[in-house]
Amino acid sequence: MARQSIDAGDYYLARLEAGDTLRIVDLEGNQAADTLFYAADDPTEHYSACNTLREQRNLYLSVGSELRSNENRCMLEIVADTCGRHDTLGGACSSESNTVRYDLDKRSMHACRDSWMLAIAEHPDFGIRKRDISHNINFFMNVPVTESGELTFEDGISAPGKYVELTASMDVIVLISNCPQLNNPCNGYNPTPIELLTWNQ
Amino acid sequence: MSGSLPSNTNSNTNLDPNLTSNPGSTFGSNDGLNNGPNDGSAELLYSTRLSGGKHWSMRLRRGLSLQLRDVKGGANVGMVFYNTADLRERYNAPDTLKCQHTFYLTRGHCLYSDMGRIFASVLDDTLGAHETMCGNSSREQVDRQYGARSYQQDRNAWHQNGHDAFMVELSKYELGRRDLPANVNWFSKCAVREDGGIDFVDGYATAGSEVSLRIEMDCLVVLHTCPHPMASAKHYPHTDVGITLCHAPPMATDDVCLNLCDENRRGFENNRLYHLGSSL
Repeated sequence: MARQSIDAGDYYLARLEAGDTLRIVDLEGNQAADTLFYAADDPTEHYSACNTLREQRNLYLSVGSELRSNENRCMLEIVADTCGRHDTLGGACSSESNTVRYDLDKRSMHACRDSWMLAIAEHPDFGIRKRDISHNINFFMNVPVTESGELTFEDGISAPGKYVELTASMDVIVLISNCPQLNNPCNGYNPTPIELLTWNQ
Repeated sequence: MSGSLPSNTNSNTNLDPNLTSNPGSTFGSNDGLNNGPNDGSAELLYSTRLSGGKHWSMRLRRGLSLQLRDVKGGANVGMVFYNTADLRERYNAPDTLKCQHTFYLTRGHCLYSDMGRIFASVLDDTLGAHETMCGNSSREQVDRQYGARSYQQDRNAWHQNGHDAFMVELSKYELGRRDLPANVNWFSKCAVREDGGIDFVDGYATAGSEVSLRIEMDCLVVLHTCPHPMASAKHYPHTDVGITLCHAPPMATDDVCLNLCDENRRGFENNRLYHLGSSL
C-alpha cells in the first residue's frame, strides 16, 4: 500500500493499474479534490462527466457510480464512500473563471486549473496537454440543483476522515488538484490536506 | 466588483461599422428571404435548414446573431464553441453554469469559454430551459433505440449519432475526441429530481420554438441535429432546424445578458480586454 498526503494547492499525478484501488481521504473535512482521469495507454480518452451522469441517470456520484470515459467505457467504479455525494457538474476553479465569479482582481489567486497546468508542465511524459484538461469530478463537494433549476454551492457534507474509494477498471492516470479556493464555501474557506492511499487487490 | 460598468462594455461590444455600412453584401439580399425571426428590424444575412441527423460547422464573427428554429417540434441541436484564433480555448459548461448559478440555459445567459470569456449570449428564447450536461447520442445507443440503419441502406435518412457527427466536424479542424467538451443541447430539457435523478422532458420543444444567440467573439461553432441521447422516441426524429444569421443589434446599457448578474458584467469586461486594440 502506498500512502501520500497532498497539501491544498498541490497536485497528485499517478498511474493506477486495472484492479488497483485508490482511497481519497478528506483529512480535516470540507475539502474539495478536483479530479481527472485518463486512459493510461492513450490520454486522449478521458473522464466524461456527461457520459457518467447520463448513463447513471443521476447528477451525484456515490457507491456504484461507474466513472465513464469519452468513449463511454467504465474507467473506475466507486466502491466505498463515507461522504455520500460528490459533484461532477461544477468543474474546477481557474484564475480566469475567478475573475468572473468573484472579482477581476482575483486573477492572481491560486486555482485548481493552475495546479493542473503545473502538473502537465512538470510531467510531459504522461502525454497530457492543456487541451486534455476537461470536465472533472469534485470529490467531497456538494453542488445541488434546486427545484427551480438553480445551481448552488453548499457547505460541504463531508467531515474529517470521510473518504471515497475507487477501483480502476482499466489502466488510468489520476490527476488531482487539492483545491486552493479561498472565495467560496466548497472547502469551508479553509483549504486543508487530503490523503491518498493506493493498493492492489 | 471592479472595473466592469455597463457604460464601458457598451462601447466595446458593438457591431463592425464596416459590416453595417454595406448590409447584405456577404450573402446577397436577392434570395427572397424575409427578416430574421425575432427582430423585424434585423436584416437577414443568411438562412438555411438542416434536417435531423446532420452536422455543420462555421466560423462566426463577433457581432452576428445566430437564430435556431425548431421547425416541426422535437428537435435537438448539439453545439460547441471554439476560439478561431486558438482552438484550445473552448466552451466550458461548468464555468457557464456556475458563473450564472444555473443548471439550465435560457435568455440572458452567456456561454463562457475555459478562459473566462464569453463566446455567445442568449438574446431570446421561447422555451426557457436548455440542458448542457447530458452529452451526445452514440452509435450503440442510436442503433439500439432506433435500429441500425446505415448510409448504404437509407442514404440521407440514415441514423447518424451525435458523437460521430461532432467527430466528423471536429476532424476538419484537426480536433478530436480529446477536444470535445460538454456540449449544449438546444431545445432539450432534462429535469432534476431532489435526489439528483435526471429525467428527459418529452415533447418539450414545440414547432416554432426559437433560440437567438449573439456572437460575442470570433468563434468556430460546431453543431449537429442528432437526437438527444435521452430522448424516448421510438422512431429516429428527422426534424428540421432552421438556422439564420443577422447582424446583432448594438448592446445597450440595459442589455439582458450584460445585466443578468455581476458575473456577466465581469465576463464582458474580460471580452473587452481580449479585444483591446482590435478594429471592432
